[in-house]
Amino acid sequence: MPKISMTVNSKQVSATVEGRTLLVQLLRDTLRLTGTHVGCDTSQCGACVVHVDGEAVKSCTCLAASCEGAHVTTIEGLAQGGTLHPMQEAFREHHGLQCGYCTPGMIMAAVDLVNRKGFDLDEQLIRSELEGNICRCTGYHNIVKAIAAGAANMSAQPVARAAE
Amino acid sequence: MSANGIGASVRRKEDHRFITGKGSYTDDINREGQTHAYFLRSPHAHALIKRLDVAAARQAPGVVGIFTGDDLAADKVGGLICGWMIHNKDGSPMSAGAHPALAQGKVRYVGDHVAVIIAETYSQAKDAADLVEVDYDVLPACVDLASADSPGQPQIHDNAANNTVYNFHLGDKAATDAAFARAAHVTKLDLVNNRLVPNAMEPRAAIGDYNSGEDAFTLYTTSQNPHVARLILSAFIGLAPEHKLRVIAPDVGGGFGSKIFVYAEETVCVWAAKKVGRPVKWVADRTEEFLCVAHGRDHVTHAEMAMDEKGRILGLRVHTKANLGAYLSTFSSAVPTYLYAPLLSGQYDIPAIYAEVDALYTNTSPVDAYRGAGRPEATFVVERLVEVASRQLGQDPAQFRMRNFVKSWPHQTPVIMMYDAGDYAGTMRKALELADYKNFGKRKRESARKGMLRGIGFSAYIEACGIAPSAAVGSLGAGVGLWESAEVRVNPTGNVEVLTGSHSHGQGHETTFAQLVAGRLGIPIEQVSIVHGDTDKVQFGMGTYGSRSGAVGMSAIVKALDKIEAKAKKVAAFALEASEADIEFKDGRFSVAGTDKSLAFGEVALQAYIAHKFTGAQLEPGLKEGAFYDPTNFTFPAGVHICEVEIDTDTGVTQIAKWTAVDDFGTIINPMIVEGQVHGGIAQGIGQALIENAIYDKEGQLVTASFMDYGMPRAHDLPHLELGFNTTPAPSNPLGIKGCGEAGAIAAPPAVINAITDALGHEEIAMPATPQAVWKAMQKSAMKIAAE
Repeated sequence: MPKISMTVNSKQVSATVEGRTLLVQLLRDTLRLTGTHVGCDTSQCGACVVHVDGEAVKSCTCLAASCEGAHVTTIEGLAQGGTLHPMQEAFREHHGLQCGYCTPGMIMAAVDLVNRKGFDLDEQLIRSELEGNICRCTGYHNIVKAIAAGAANMSAQPVARAAE
Repeated sequence: MSANGIGASVRRKEDHRFITGKGSYTDDINREGQTHAYFLRSPHAHALIKRLDVAAARQAPGVVGIFTGDDLAADKVGGLICGWMIHNKDGSPMSAGAHPALAQGKVRYVGDHVAVIIAETYSQAKDAADLVEVDYDVLPACVDLASADSPGQPQIHDNAANNTVYNFHLGDKAATDAAFARAAHVTKLDLVNNRLVPNAMEPRAAIGDYNSGEDAFTLYTTSQNPHVARLILSAFIGLAPEHKLRVIAPDVGGGFGSKIFVYAEETVCVWAAKKVGRPVKWVADRTEEFLCVAHGRDHVTHAEMAMDEKGRILGLRVHTKANLGAYLSTFSSAVPTYLYAPLLSGQYDIPAIYAEVDALYTNTSPVDAYRGAGRPEATFVVERLVEVASRQLGQDPAQFRMRNFVKSWPHQTPVIMMYDAGDYAGTMRKALELADYKNFGKRKRESARKGMLRGIGFSAYIEACGIAPSAAVGSLGAGVGLWESAEVRVNPTGNVEVLTGSHSHGQGHETTFAQLVAGRLGIPIEQVSIVHGDTDKVQFGMGTYGSRSGAVGMSAIVKALDKIEAKAKKVAAFALEASEADIEFKDGRFSVAGTDKSLAFGEVALQAYIAHKFTGAQLEPGLKEGAFYDPTNFTFPAGVHICEVEIDTDTGVTQIAKWTAVDDFGTIINPMIVEGQVHGGIAQGIGQALIENAIYDKEGQLVTASFMDYGMPRAHDLPHLELGFNTTPAPSNPLGIKGCGEAGAIAAPPAVINAITDALGHEEIAMPATPQAVWKAMQKSAMKIAAE
């Protein structure tokens, strides 16, 4: 079984896992970072989105071994020093979550969206960019609002951007 | 209104753990020494098991145990139950086939449970399953609902002739026939209510844990109602006495009805935990969820509405076939009967109604309650009929509805329900204004100039929530009472724990319930914790479904708070050396009338516990009260949703251009949360109307068993939503709450289809109105468009 090492939420970790182990299994089962969820088995729902080397990745579709040496950020690593990331804050402020199951993936995807598209996001762009994240509770209405607001707040808080 | 009390959009207390990844869902829980279960499932829709050999699999690496239906039978484990007895027209009881947790000799749908393999890791269990040898004698499958009760169809259960569970009816047939005999106009429709998969984002999961020292079990499970699960697992399936079985439903990632029921998997996990002597964890993958979760809807209906020459509705006649799948799920029998037929009066004053429902077995996944449960199906029938009737009579659909609305309350319908409060015309007027109905024609012309078809559709839904008066549902066949319990524990330092039998799986109870308590006791909301989802903590509860947690669950809390206040006044009287009659409670302080003597709520709590100012003979120490609340009536949320669609004539793609909803939910505790519930409900309703469809092929294979094949609504499928409210408080509960959880899912499908048919100019389209279906339907409209 291969031994792999990577940085997860700024901590150096290593583990010996089966070759078929997925990144999400390493995070959840080995490292007990259970904030990253699994909602499907076809890479559709996005509940498992984390950042690998600064980009959003569906951790259910990625072998842990392929992340050797990578920098991984999960939902648990997004808040810095007890201060919520502006996107986390925006989801709470705008009621962008109900059951909370899709939320970690949504927030990680939303931060990535801002990183890619900037701070000024219109509704149509957010809706089309959320193609890879499914929510069954909210009808997306408040998620769209939260992401637009979170994006604007990220521009005002460069520290939060640097955390990525 | 206080900043955090009733009526305030308080930000949710539960959100912090969810947005930081600290939620605790069942799969996030790991028990020391736990094993992992994998269920070997039937690949056939209908087959006899001729041979089942697990010997080779037992030798596979990591395998801890393999069990089949024979093992459950040997331990006398009971079958899964259906908790609502429905009677046939002739008064005889329904025909329910046996429902073993693991198949005994026969499988009845693809995904049916054949064996469980328990191993050190999930991968090992799954690998070992490949070594189980099963010889099936494949039987013809009965899949098509419309013909499932025809002679010659494969017989699914020996004791249910013609695959018929029951032939139910409700209403007055003779009066309805008489109404049709004198009608000037009759509108007739054949409708299909498409089968849906609930698809809560968290797949179902369970961990069974057995403590041999205590001879007691713990089940962690994705449940909307852990006490009901415990009751069923104990009293009917016989796994353990209630006091030796703790059921914990921790954070649950959505339910929408699908997590009400007791399924095979949690039953087996609890039982197997003792067999293998270690905790047993099972987590569904999404495909298993598609195959085996209880599906929703799936009706075929012929409906007729009779009107006089002015367009006044005289009568309604409905014949529905309801698909219940291969086995009766926990509450499945109630859904197409008492959650359906009593809603067929809609918001209308209809003198005579007669409904017949044939519930049928098919070789498909069981069907049970899904968001709205029966009420969306009823609303679809009524609102399609009303819309089409108005078109056939050349009347404005809004005016036609208003003419026929119930106009005074209480109103007794011919189908059980006593509507107790509402303002249906006022709601319609508000919706018309918000939707800018008067300028619809202009918008339609603008669309036409772009080569698009535009249509507008209404849905004036009603639902029965606040489920339910126990005696009433008992008389209709329910196996349980449907009250709710609450316990308010005030600690010596004045903070408060509220234990509720309701369960939150996204609804925000930890916030709304705390708002009620904080407002009532005059304490900061941070000093209130809501405890739910654990049978060892909460004494009993009926759980969350049917939009009942506000109307029933919060009413129980109100009753407990009444008792807390009464007891606290006695404590305050001793502490303040005053007469109890002189104690007033306001804004969190107990004061003696006409004096400046007072104590804060927290000080009285401390006095209650230190008990220095009264003797045991005068008053019991402590401050903790419980209450059970049994509703006196259903509640009747109602509203009007207006959908405007724009259809691309080249592609058949339907865009929802405008959505207006005006709802009457009675008292609203937290508007932000209520709006969120409406958004989510509408999304599921739009999903049903435009995208979602669970399709079985002729052999009974579910061909839509993944998110790649089943149309789950994405963000770009859904519109911006315009919401309004028109509130009439419910008279049957102390807070005036009616409920809001299901409204959108009930209202939306007919609004969408009415809009699309308005755009098309004919009624021939079924749900889901996919681009392909709409494009085909447009070909029928082509002549009409060319003529224009």
